[in-house]
Amino acid sequence: MMRYKRFFLQLIIILLFIGLVGILINNLIINLIRTDLGFNFYWLLKPASFALSEHALPFSPSDSYAWALLIGWINSLKVILFSLIFSTILGIIIGLSRTSKNILIKKISSFYITFIRQTPLLLQLMFWYFVGFLGLKNKFINFSNILKINTQGIEFFGLSLTPEFSALFIGLSVFTSAFIGEVIRGGIISVEKGQWESFRSLGLSERDGLIKVIIPQALPAIIPGLTSQYLNLAKNSTLAIAIGYSDIYAINDTIINQTGRAIECFIILLLTFLILNLSITNLMEKINKLINKKQIYIN
Amino acid sequence: MHKLLSGIAFLSLLISGCSSSYQKDTSRLDLIKKRGELICGVSGQIAGFSFLDNDGKYKGLDVDICKAFAAGIVGDAKKLQYRPLTATERFTAIKTGEIDVLSRNTTFTLSRDSTGGNGLSFAPIVFYDSQGIMVKKESNIKNIQDLKNKSICVGSGTTTEQNINDVFESKAIPYNPIKYQDASQVSASYLQGRCSAMTSDRSQLASARSGFPNPAGHIILEDVLSKEPLSPASDGTDNKLADALRWIIFTLITAEEKGITKENIDEKVKLAKNNPQLKSLRRFLGVDGGLGEKIGLRNDFTINVIKATGNYGEIYERNLGENSDVTLSRNSNKLYINGGLHFSPPFN
Repeated sequence: MMRYKRFFLQLIIILLFIGLVGILINNLIINLIRTDLGFNFYWLLKPASFALSEHALPFSPSDSYAWALLIGWINSLKVILFSLIFSTILGIIIGLSRTSKNILIKKISSFYITFIRQTPLLLQLMFWYFVGFLGLKNKFINFSNILKINTQGIEFFGLSLTPEFSALFIGLSVFTSAFIGEVIRGGIISVEKGQWESFRSLGLSERDGLIKVIIPQALPAIIPGLTSQYLNLAKNSTLAIAIGYSDIYAINDTIINQTGRAIECFIILLLTFLILNLSITNLMEKINKLINKKQIYIN
Repeated sequence: MHKLLSGIAFLSLLISGCSSSYQKDTSRLDLIKKRGELICGVSGQIAGFSFLDNDGKYKGLDVDICKAFAAGIVGDAKKLQYRPLTATERFTAIKTGEIDVLSRNTTFTLSRDSTGGNGLSFAPIVFYDSQGIMVKKESNIKNIQDLKNKSICVGSGTTTEQNINDVFESKAIPYNPIKYQDASQVSASYLQGRCSAMTSDRSQLASARSGFPNPAGHIILEDVLSKEPLSPASDGTDNKLADALRWIIFTLITAEEKGITKENIDEKVKLAKNNPQLKSLRRFLGVDGGLGEKIGLRNDFTINVIKATGNYGEIYERNLGENSDVTLSRNSNKLYINGGLHFSPPFN
């Protein structure tokens, strides 16, 4: 009897949900008809007729909107991937410094975290771009031809990065690293004090103890926090539009204006971001499982 | 998969939730009159067209056009709300009904006017503009050819972005567009030296230059990249509102042609009322003919409009004339009788 009741309840909830979604989709369609916008994706194959300053694959204005969107995604992924790696490295350093015994290092890293976390990212990006790069005028920072920094961006071993990319990359990395630093510190603190005492009593050095004993135990606490920081990083990358970097959002913006297809464009944008972030989540979950398995094995 | 599905479901909820209630047969014009207030979309960032002055009030040619609309429709130029909009937001703001009218340096083009494109309806042109390129005097750039492989700062989501591409592509000159969403960022990054040139409508270049630390150090090249007829816009499905807007603009032009100004309007009304033989003046000022009613306005709407803003020439002088902050010579923006392009069909 109880089972039937529960089944019935579930059925009602599902029907209500489907009904609600149906009403909303119906509402959307009516409104689209009302505004004469229609709903299709054929325009994706039309020529984009705008140029892009930054493209990893060949792009000309006669290429299609679809191709322009792909270029936008490559640009976005490029900056997300680079920032993800760099912010992780920076975050680990900051996180470890926060738990360090050295007062000076501890204070510096805590100041860094406080300062970065309390100011808006948009402001920081503007700072890196307008003050950090464009503010350089033509005064070069030049380290024996290996690293050059000026208004035209960064040149590193012959690889030249535009100021837009560099500012976004540095801005995102620095911002995210402060949060990652806190996640790492939290993970390390979550390991029982006894573990520190025990590796010390075994005669392990501080460094060995940290790497071999503390961090493996801190990782299960770190990974979930890290995942959410990575997701934030991916989403924050859309602020690129503020500093003139042609990421997916900026290109979408131009396309909406040229075609008037705001709804289709946003559906593409939202779906692709959903896929990207779900991939990040899945990947991190796999890593988490792998670590947990090893943990059991060690124990 | 499970998450993806739930994500999609949530997405459709979000999208459909945004849309407002379904109204079809009522014109926005009646809604504005009922509300007793006009909502006008402006830029708020272009000196001479729409910007905040020191008192925190919107000023400029586009703003005066908003005032003329409010005076014509509601009867009071003060019954007006401004919505500052970016280039990207502007069309969606009309289509979703967030604003009644857009008066924001918008170029009249086929795709924007058509139901297959942005689905707008354009009022008559209020400013004849063209796209130009501004460079630093010291750069020695004399024409488009000199900009080969150089960076050019441009506002994204504008016809400007497309025009510069059309010109450079047709002449097979490679260039490097750096795009910003915001007009002030285009200027900032041009001034900081990221780009060798910046491009926009000539009026906007002149307006931006007026705010630079050293305006004389920048020149606008002779090359004309495109025609940029700027005009107010409203929802393309609403003919009644479009008609009203069209004839309010024509009121401004006709008033200048007939020599009716903010100062002498009362005199002219008295003159029209006392002289039955002045047929054309009487029709224009709503004494005879009942023209206003035909477009859903009061018969004397022209009087309200002229009292609020003056005629087109007065609006131009106030915002872009010799004594204003942004000086732009009238050229194409003179009346047709003076060799310009502004022309109003008859009030018959």
